[in-house]
Amino acid sequence: MSELAGTNKAASPGGRAIAGPRGRHMTIGPLEYGRRFWLRCFVAATFLLLYAPIFTLIIFSFNDSRRNIVWRGFTFKYYEKAWNNDGLFEAFTNSLTIAVLTTIIATVLGAMVALLLWRYRFPGKPAYEGFMALPIVIPEICMGVAMLAFFSRIGWPSGMPWPLNLSAITIAHIAFTFPFVAIVVRARMAGFNRELEEASKDLGASEWQTFMNVIVPFMRPGLIAGALLAFTLSLDDFVITFFTAGPETVTFPVKVYSMVRFSVTPEVNAASTALIVITVLATIVAMRFQTPDKTEAT
Amino acid sequence: METWKQSKAVFWTLATPGTLWLAIFFVAPLAIIWGLSFAEKTSIVDTEITGTLSNYIRALGTPVYLKIIWKSIWISALATLMCLIIAFPIAFVVAFAPDKWKPILLMAVILPFWINLLIRTYALISVFRTRGFVNFGLEWLWDGANSILAFIGLGPAVLGAFEPLQMLYNNFAVIAGLVYVYMPFMVLPLYATIERLDKSFLEASLDLGASQARTFWSVVFPLTMPGIVSGIILVFIPCLGSFLTPDLLGGTNATMIGNVIERQFKAANDWPFGAALSFLLMYATFGALALRSLFAGRKSGMEV
Amino acid sequence: MDQPIVSIENVAKHFGTVKAVDDVTFDIQPNEFFALLGPSGCGKTTLLRMIAGLEVPTGGAIVIDGQDMAATPPNHRPVNMVFQSYAVFPHMTVEENVAYGLKVTGTPRSEIGPRVTDALGMVQLAELAKRNPDQLSGGQRQRVALARALVKRPKVLLLDEPLSALDAKLREQMQLELSHLQQRVGITFIIVTHDQDEALSMADRIAVMNDGRVTQIAAPDTLYENPTTRFVADFIGKVNLLDGRVVGTEGERVAVEADRLGRITVPHEGDASGDVSLVVRPEKITLANTEPDGDVIKSQGKVTDWAYYGDTSHMFVTMDSGLVMSAKVQNTTRETVDNFDVGDTVWLSFSPSDVLLLRE
Repeated sequence: MSELAGTNKAASPGGRAIAGPRGRHMTIGPLEYGRRFWLRCFVAATFLLLYAPIFTLIIFSFNDSRRNIVWRGFTFKYYEKAWNNDGLFEAFTNSLTIAVLTTIIATVLGAMVALLLWRYRFPGKPAYEGFMALPIVIPEICMGVAMLAFFSRIGWPSGMPWPLNLSAITIAHIAFTFPFVAIVVRARMAGFNRELEEASKDLGASEWQTFMNVIVPFMRPGLIAGALLAFTLSLDDFVITFFTAGPETVTFPVKVYSMVRFSVTPEVNAASTALIVITVLATIVAMRFQTPDKTEAT
Repeated sequence: METWKQSKAVFWTLATPGTLWLAIFFVAPLAIIWGLSFAEKTSIVDTEITGTLSNYIRALGTPVYLKIIWKSIWISALATLMCLIIAFPIAFVVAFAPDKWKPILLMAVILPFWINLLIRTYALISVFRTRGFVNFGLEWLWDGANSILAFIGLGPAVLGAFEPLQMLYNNFAVIAGLVYVYMPFMVLPLYATIERLDKSFLEASLDLGASQARTFWSVVFPLTMPGIVSGIILVFIPCLGSFLTPDLLGGTNATMIGNVIERQFKAANDWPFGAALSFLLMYATFGALALRSLFAGRKSGMEV
Repeated sequence: MDQPIVSIENVAKHFGTVKAVDDVTFDIQPNEFFALLGPSGCGKTTLLRMIAGLEVPTGGAIVIDGQDMAATPPNHRPVNMVFQSYAVFPHMTVEENVAYGLKVTGTPRSEIGPRVTDALGMVQLAELAKRNPDQLSGGQRQRVALARALVKRPKVLLLDEPLSALDAKLREQMQLELSHLQQRVGITFIIVTHDQDEALSMADRIAVMNDGRVTQIAAPDTLYENPTTRFVADFIGKVNLLDGRVVGTEGERVAVEADRLGRITVPHEGDASGDVSLVVRPEKITLANTEPDGDVIKSQGKVTDWAYYGDTSHMFVTMDSGLVMSAKVQNTTRETVDNFDVGDTVWLSFSPSDVLLLRE
């Protein structure tokens, strides 16, 4: 065992002779990767690549030139054009209507499933969870063609008045968004301290009072996050809508798709910017709702 | 007293709506497609489910389609690999960032995910096209080089006129588009595992004499394997089934399975064949998921 | 003495405006078992991590065996660490864990095997070599961490709260084993702990830290019997701390007006004046039913509370002045506990030489 001691006998004999530093002093801790120059450059470059296209799109929606490449001065005229483009405007309204309806129903359905999975044990629960996860894992294109086949097979009426003509798309959107809501809400409930509920009952509250005063408030951030997710997923969806929509029900992504296939136009930039602003605002609002909650982590 | 946990009525109230919705509006449509994949066309509009396997045989036996399936797989694999290579340093930096920076950096990674897929793809087009910004920038550099060469006396326009790079409508554009669109899906699971990783494993490795690179390969890489596998699956599956990106960025010579499926249901009007292709895609998806659960051990199917 | 194995010279570590380690200077001698002791957040772990190279000092120099470590990353330092969480790699067997540090530094394969066997034998883990860490108990995992660090033959072994995750019985056993191990391998050990028992029982010298500064460095007995600051007196062991004021000298002794105890005279070396703290350890105080004789400081009071610890009891005696002092009573016989009871009037006394005077 004694050889364990005193290898590397490089010690300078006697006194306090200190060997000089072998290079630059370390200024960055070994795990402070975020302060390393090359990693910083890499992250900055990646973020640049991630955001540059989006920002160019936004900036050039204000460009006073159809060629869309050289800056010719600031203008709002393409916003005006996009607003007055009946097809684009209708598609925008359709998309928002579908997204709002989807959000409401998907949040309710998702919350119920989340409570079910959170509170109950029942035979076949893992299989049921797998069943609920189907819309999350299955490729969109498969879902899209399935919806197309389904609605044509059962003979879903077409040519109905607004907003009933959006029903098929909305139904499909709800089907693929509510499992996402269920996951988000359930993840939130996993952090619920059951003693809170027991305390409430101990203090004399009924089941219903406990549910409304203890469980629902705890669930709220999850509900908001889930609702936001449903809203964005619905607004974002192109593939499923593309297959479900009839010729007279055009949503914004479908409309943009048909416009983009022909050319890149500033109107599309303008309308896209509007949609980006809506989604980013929705995200920020949802984050605001969630922030005060940080302290009650269990 | 019966608490609501034991109440059958509450159980069924909670269970029924979601289950029914998913069964009628999701499983039933898939079942129809599944049935269709064993059907034959009897006329231009009619199909009959005859139990034939001809659609699958056609998909897996025709060189054209086999080539497309193969191409879809390698394009997706390459895009996934590039996502992994780019996302790992990002996830690393975010996970080791000071606490006050973490949410901001994470937000910066996730934010593009909230922006419409079509808009992001469209934005890429305006950057990549022949009259787009990349070519614009290159032309500027080219002209600059030309004038410098002219200035030092090599005569005017030595390099010749600028030929814009054809960056759209090829496989490169599709892969770049897929990487651009699905990167956040790779960063998030990686970040989650690195964040959960006990930092003292890294410190111990360094302390025992391993270099940073050695520490990465011997400690970080094996210990973050579950996150890597999750990320690969989360990116590979949507890449494989992607339709919009190859459609807009790939043009005719960079078709993937998704585009073939779409063509069968829209232009070609051969639903049974399209259905068979869709189900092949689904089987591939399930295969990938099974692989993942093999890797990640027995974990709940619902976590990312 | 030899050249110190570790020199900490004006080392500081600031996190933003927080001074985790604030201008610390001391030396550690070769083959010493050195403890860094202090409450949580006092900077002791940060200091240890700076020695290991896992944190970069904001200022000052760390010299290990004559080499300034400023430019040396952790993987090139001649020190190894036993982490608080042990950090035993979960994807390697016990053997692979121990071999890791040799493998990554290019030790010849023929040398790795015997050294790993040796190290595992030293911590009595030879028969668990092929196990996976998840099949080990906490104590065994700690031994793996120890073997993994010792196999590298470091000049200094750093231990960050090595015993905090173990239960009380095992901890006591490991304290002994660590001491023996250190004597056997003859390597300098630096241990960080918040547990005074651990530090007192194992260390040759202890540095007590508070608020990023070293308050006192001394051998365990000196630290306990002759603390130089109120903080050290209070942090190490139990103590009766009284405020007082020096009012004069009486021969060799200093006269002090002690808060609510009255005028007492105690021996004191060096000069003393003004406000002071008086330190009396509870075990130096004697309780009696009758008034004691001799050169003692004494006072009468009532037992108002007591805490029973099995081997000892703490009696809290409240004097007429309102002063509460605690006395430790050895339960030397099975009947000792019956001697005093709450409500009893007792005499409390201690020798003047057991009173320590600390200047504020």
